[in-house]
Amino acid sequence: MTTTTQQSKPAPADNAQAHLAAFDTFEKGGARRFPAWVNELRRAGISRFTALGFPTRRLEDWKYTNVAPISQLPFKPAVNPMPVALSAADLARFAFAGLDGSRLVFVNGHFVPGLSAISKLSVGVKLGSLAAAMSSDGDIVKQHLGRYASATDHAFRALNVAFFADGAFIYVPKGVVVEEPIHLLFVAVAGEDGTAAHPRNLIVAEAGSRLKVVESYVSVGSAAGFTNAVTEIAVGEGANVEHCKFQDESLGAFHVATIQSSLARNSRFTSHSISVGAQIARHDINAVMTGEGVECVLNGLYVASGSQLVDHHMVVDHAQPRCASHEFFHGILGGKSRGVFNGKIFVRPGAQQTDAKQTNRNLLLTDDATVDTKPQLEIFADDVKCMHGATVGRLDEDAIFYLRSRGIPHNAARRMLTQAFASNILARIGIEPVRKQLDEFLQSHLDAEIRAVEG
Amino acid sequence: MALLEIRNLNAGIAGKHILKGINLSINAGEVHAIMGPNGSGKSTLSQVLAGRKTFNVISGEVTYNGKNLLELEPEERAHEGIFLAFQYPVEIPGVNNTYFLKAAYNEIRKHRGEPELDAMDFLALVKEKMKLLHLEQDLLNRPLNEGFSGGEKKRNEIFQMAVLDPKLAILDETDSGLDIDALRDVADGVNKLRRPDNAALVITHYQRLLNYVVPDFVHVLLNGCIVKSGGKELALELEEKGYDWLACQPCL
Repeated sequence: MTTTTQQSKPAPADNAQAHLAAFDTFEKGGARRFPAWVNELRRAGISRFTALGFPTRRLEDWKYTNVAPISQLPFKPAVNPMPVALSAADLARFAFAGLDGSRLVFVNGHFVPGLSAISKLSVGVKLGSLAAAMSSDGDIVKQHLGRYASATDHAFRALNVAFFADGAFIYVPKGVVVEEPIHLLFVAVAGEDGTAAHPRNLIVAEAGSRLKVVESYVSVGSAAGFTNAVTEIAVGEGANVEHCKFQDESLGAFHVATIQSSLARNSRFTSHSISVGAQIARHDINAVMTGEGVECVLNGLYVASGSQLVDHHMVVDHAQPRCASHEFFHGILGGKSRGVFNGKIFVRPGAQQTDAKQTNRNLLLTDDATVDTKPQLEIFADDVKCMHGATVGRLDEDAIFYLRSRGIPHNAARRMLTQAFASNILARIGIEPVRKQLDEFLQSHLDAEIRAVEG
Repeated sequence: MALLEIRNLNAGIAGKHILKGINLSINAGEVHAIMGPNGSGKSTLSQVLAGRKTFNVISGEVTYNGKNLLELEPEERAHEGIFLAFQYPVEIPGVNNTYFLKAAYNEIRKHRGEPELDAMDFLALVKEKMKLLHLEQDLLNRPLNEGFSGGEKKRNEIFQMAVLDPKLAILDETDSGLDIDALRDVADGVNKLRRPDNAALVITHYQRLLNYVVPDFVHVLLNGCIVKSGGKELALELEEKGYDWLACQPCL
């Protein structure tokens, strides 16, 4: 057998034929409604995906996350909009339902105007479906789409490029402040295993603008659906963007997503990734500083139990001097769940006076829960301040005793400390109603987690 | 019947025998001071009384308010009215000071069969007790003990004590690390809480605190034994002579 030669080649997609066939059908059918330049991108995407294949654990970036359950799913990309059997009342149970401001609802990646509400926007602000914007605002979309999130070395991003049909398009012109947060709600309706949505979001905040965006991902039904999302965020000079993502898909679902930001001079970008759902959730959150004086904050909170796997991979690229980046990630892992944290900070040659800080703390609620954490620094400049650290531990027994000595029962003390660990991250969310809702959601979610641990 | 009755208590940690036959009886209305040098077992005694499981009781009995104290969980002891002011209060980031104290207060009320206080009523109670301790308002809204100075932590302990209104307060080296103003405030707080129906056990290395919180009885703890007991004047004698003259005394 020529096992060694086989291993040296890139692993082929497990059912690449199915993906190619699906692409062929899409290209000859539904894809024809898109502009030619978009379909050119698609072809590049599918050929890249075919060349890469699904990642295996032999790749450093996928060492702890086995995506075989995803690659072995039947592949049923939801490339065409389907009639939606959801009403506004069905959506009321999902987080942020009562949020002021605009809300765009997407079902299996397709914009549903009937469920969405766009409030009055400042002059020049564009908000709506990306599919529509490819025609109405083709120039802006073409200028940015696919420019930030590279599909070259990432099979899932390549697959997204090939199959995306819609997503959100947000454009804020120079100097404009959008006060109310914009909520993007992605509902996965997986009627059968393998239903795959490929949402594609493009957010452009021009120089000096301000914007807050909330992206949430939820499921209806418990089939093994697959969400493969990519969000590109271009933050212009001196602009300020706060982005909060909440992933709460069903425990049967698979969720892979990239949030890629490009940060111009003196801009400020704050990202929060709160991940509680899905059987396997993999988040790639990448930021590139393209100018000096950028401040980039990436926060994250992941909670897993049962046999869930939640993986956060971050790359912060200090390509320019005098930029600051701070990453704060907390993980709470129960059952036999697994957490993965990988944070890479690159400080490029010449990126002097970089201030980069990275902290990952993990709380294991059970003996069977595990976490693989790897903060990494690659520094090619000498005048920098970089710090990273990771911890994995149990609840502090001294703290538990202190609370009990005041009359708080053992289990309540454990809940209080676990919630405090989560709040430490949530407190960093600057969109107050969002923070409050997530805080309440996590209180009851963690209550259930800890009760499960207590048996 | 005494509020707290300790009989021949032997306890230790990790195989080390620390308390070697403690006998102590505290009645309602009394303040007892336990003095002793470092390593004599003072903190072990306070931790054992509060129910810390890292310390194991080897033998002996502790009866509190007619109940076998050693059978109770730490929270049950708190419900029964025991309060330990920690030597090193634990910093708990993310848990709001007031939220925590309200939860503790209501747990104790629940145990007594009293209705829980709502946020408004609790705040009124807290405001009243704060005045007692000269506590800064912002301490209430900060995470529990996080970033508090040494003095703030100790004031916060006595503040919690004032709110929870225990029957038996155990003060474990509450005076250590305090400047004179904080010491006065803390002592003042403790004195204001003295009543005929409650008691305090003040554990200290130095006599200083006892100038302000005047004890009815003073006990000297040496090598895990109470070797001498007396009135408040014993504290002055210790201040003058140190502990050496009491070495090699048998347990009382």
